[in-house]
Amino acid sequence: MSEPMRTVSEDELHAYADGQLDEARHAEVAAWLAIHPAEARRVEEYQRQNEALHALFDPVLGEPAPQRLQHPVLASSWRGMPLLRHAAVVAWLAIGGTLGWFLHGEQEPRSGATTAFVRQATMAHVVYTPEVRHPVEVGAEQEAHLAAWLSKRLGVSVKVPHLSEAGYELVGGRLLPGSSGPAAQFMYQDGRGQRLTLYVRTDGAGSRETAFRYARENNIGVFYWIDGSLGYALSGDLEKSELLKVAQVVYHQLNP
Amino acid sequence: MKKTDHLIEEHLPRLRRYARALTGDLTRADDLVQDTLERAWSKFHLWRSGSDLRAWLFSIMHNVYVNGVRKNSAVPMLLPLEDDALDVPVRAGQDDGLQVRDLHAALSCLSHEQREVLLLVGLEEMRYEEVAKVLDVPLGTVMSRLSRGRERLRQIMAGGAVPALRVVK
Repeated sequence: MSEPMRTVSEDELHAYADGQLDEARHAEVAAWLAIHPAEARRVEEYQRQNEALHALFDPVLGEPAPQRLQHPVLASSWRGMPLLRHAAVVAWLAIGGTLGWFLHGEQEPRSGATTAFVRQATMAHVVYTPEVRHPVEVGAEQEAHLAAWLSKRLGVSVKVPHLSEAGYELVGGRLLPGSSGPAAQFMYQDGRGQRLTLYVRTDGAGSRETAFRYARENNIGVFYWIDGSLGYALSGDLEKSELLKVAQVVYHQLNP
Repeated sequence: MKKTDHLIEEHLPRLRRYARALTGDLTRADDLVQDTLERAWSKFHLWRSGSDLRAWLFSIMHNVYVNGVRKNSAVPMLLPLEDDALDVPVRAGQDDGLQVRDLHAALSCLSHEQREVLLLVGLEEMRYEEVAKVLDVPLGTVMSRLSRGRERLRQIMAGGAVPALRVVK
């Protein structure tokens, strides 16, 4: 029994405590520990740390998750879809499902509907701006068709603002599901490939609020405002002041 | 065969447990989980089907957490001394040396790097190689953080029990 007495490393003591040694080595280390009481006590203490962590935090496993962490639509919309090909759609549906819950969000300083609006806009931004091959459904070369199509689907006249004076060119746009009906997203890009999105939806509540408001969601800045029957949200990974300049250009384009 | 529609949901309880232990605070923990889920959904196309989803989700949480730590590095970690966590029921036999409630405070004294490793190993029971992948550090770094974290925890717990009476050397 002299073989097992070869040195046991510090790493192996931890691996022993965590049950990560193979059976043979585990037995050898156990034999070594039997004649090294100080190390044996230390290993025992590490195991007690693990047990204590479980005792302290395992109850969390049984706690019901708050609504904001659940996403019921996920269950119905994923079934049978080829995951990778429809990744963007899947992500959108998953997020859309969550947004329903965000409407009931707890302790939000903004009104529920506004919060959902901002979230939808930023989520749509996050989902579609990384797209390389399919960032938009209808490209800028068919701008007239894009405007006519989205106007028809949103049920109001939708104008496509031009942001070249701010250094951004239109990439195109797409139709999206909003909480109260169809919504539209226009995407812009500057020379460095930095992308902004303008999210447009009909304002169901009929509010006349027109002030620019600013929010940050997941590192994405968003200026949002309501202009007559439409709500707008301009999202981008930009400094607030930079984004505001673009938001003003959008506003002036829409209100010449 | 696992149903794809429950893939992420299946991991929610574990993500919440880890986040709670990591932040030591219910609201901050669920904020962390929410940010993690949102990022996971928006990046789901980057997940390689068939690879370990748990490791992928935990590495996303790690990144979200570390970004938050960097941003808030001026804000000191709160010691939850008067937290509800103090009233967590203690399993019988758990008070022989290691007081569970002290553990909560002691954890917050570790560096966040040590805390992550300690929790992924001790609570998540991940293999060391997995932890290295999740945290994107070499295996040797995992082992040294684990070793230092555990020693530190041991000292804090030992010292915390009888602070005034400890005589060194």
